[in-house]
Amino acid sequence: MFDDFRPRASWDNLRLRAKLMRKLREFFDSRDFLEVETPILSADTVVDRNLDPFWVAGDHCDGTRRWLQTSPEFAMKRLMADGAKAIYQVARAIRGGEFGALHNPEFTIVEWYRSGHGMNEGIGLLSKLTDVLLGCGTSVRLSYREAFDEHVGLDPHRAETQELVAVARASKIDVPASLNVTDRDGWLELLLVNLVEPYLGVECPTVLYGYPASQAALAQVNCGQCAVAERFELYIDGIELANGYHELLDPGELRRRNAENNAMRRADGKSSLPEDSRLLRAMESGLPDMTGVAMGFDRVAMLAAGATRVADIMAFPFDRA
Amino acid sequence: MASISTSDFRKGLKVQIEGDPYLMIECNFVKPGKGQALYKCKLRNLVRNTVLDRTYKSGESLEFADVEEIDAQYLYRQGDIFVFMDNDNYEQYELSAEQVDDVWKYLKEGTVCSMVLFDGNPITVTPPNHVVLKIEYCEPGAKGNTATNVTKSVKLETGAELSCPSFVEMGELIRIDTRTGEYIERVKE
Repeated sequence: MFDDFRPRASWDNLRLRAKLMRKLREFFDSRDFLEVETPILSADTVVDRNLDPFWVAGDHCDGTRRWLQTSPEFAMKRLMADGAKAIYQVARAIRGGEFGALHNPEFTIVEWYRSGHGMNEGIGLLSKLTDVLLGCGTSVRLSYREAFDEHVGLDPHRAETQELVAVARASKIDVPASLNVTDRDGWLELLLVNLVEPYLGVECPTVLYGYPASQAALAQVNCGQCAVAERFELYIDGIELANGYHELLDPGELRRRNAENNAMRRADGKSSLPEDSRLLRAMESGLPDMTGVAMGFDRVAMLAAGATRVADIMAFPFDRA
Repeated sequence: MASISTSDFRKGLKVQIEGDPYLMIECNFVKPGKGQALYKCKLRNLVRNTVLDRTYKSGESLEFADVEEIDAQYLYRQGDIFVFMDNDNYEQYELSAEQVDDVWKYLKEGTVCSMVLFDGNPITVTPPNHVVLKIEYCEPGAKGNTATNVTKSVKLETGAELSCPSFVEMGELIRIDTRTGEYIERVKE
């Protein structure tokens, strides 16, 4: 293909993208959020079973391995620990192996933190921003439990793993051969992808919240009758646009989750990631109570353009990068 | 046998599943929130032409299928065996009547077909989109009737029966679309 130097997105889409970015900055600037920039190449990285960061070898002055950031989360929390009240960032995030209609290994992430916000206020601000960008109206909130009750017919927090397996098989979902019958989160995700997600955000944007504690990632777990993570995701037309946490503050708990994620990574045949980080020092010195949200900007622009692939809104997606 | 892992899955890949060769006709990368990556694939069975939906989890892998397409000339039929020859290297291949299926209707000596080999063995043969065959027998046509909507059954030189406009005559050559199995036109010798 001798024409592969040209951009994939149309110029109309590139102009639309720029216009959305201006609106986004206006939204945060007018609410006294400070725009910040943090390293893309860092000594620290998020330790997640399902996120595969690239690392860079070579001569980095101090000789240590540097990680391309899968999100600016760690560095932004360090700024919050030092006293920031409200910050946002538009950054490139890079995640290995993620390439498809809704994924590009390198993508534009919008991430923000606001101290004093709990999950409720966090969801409110996210809904407002989404409406400003897409004119899609107010979001409805649906708990993870309600969503499973409605679309799967079971309680995701209490059902035995074997019930999840039985429902998946009865629903004629094609099950990956290597999905272990004890991998509870794997089965919940399979049910979510096949039976729940297609219905989320069809009429109006939907915020799914209250994830199983095992899928808390870096969210606080609220210990009520059964432990539920204060994590939320916004969906439009079955597409996930943003992920937010009422942030975990306890460094001991982060250490425990890092070790657990690394154990799962090793069981999955992946390499371990460094468990120590400057974020732990920031948490030890004290993080404010806060909510943080990350939004996939390319997907938002894709929906605004009425496109179905993120590549349609990128000048040079991965296969032309 | 070499294998290919999910991260290299893509449309157009030829893989083996339970001993059969498949063509990956679709591969959708799906990743829920912070969850595990799934690859939702559609695969066409290259022998039976059926479509299979399969979901793979990252870290899984499939075996490559050694599949190649060659041009093969039809030589002759011996009972239930159809014999073809690779035009490049004169290698001969035999297919059973079951493998040849309906294609026999269009096969006369010298017809060059497209043949798919799996592990070096023929699995399917596809005739050219258009073939020209002689009418071996038919009832005489009504003189002057050029309407194409009045049809009759004719017997071709391959032994196949075909529905043709009533004006065609015994001994004439006709062009046939092998994809639809329909008469197209008469051909002057």
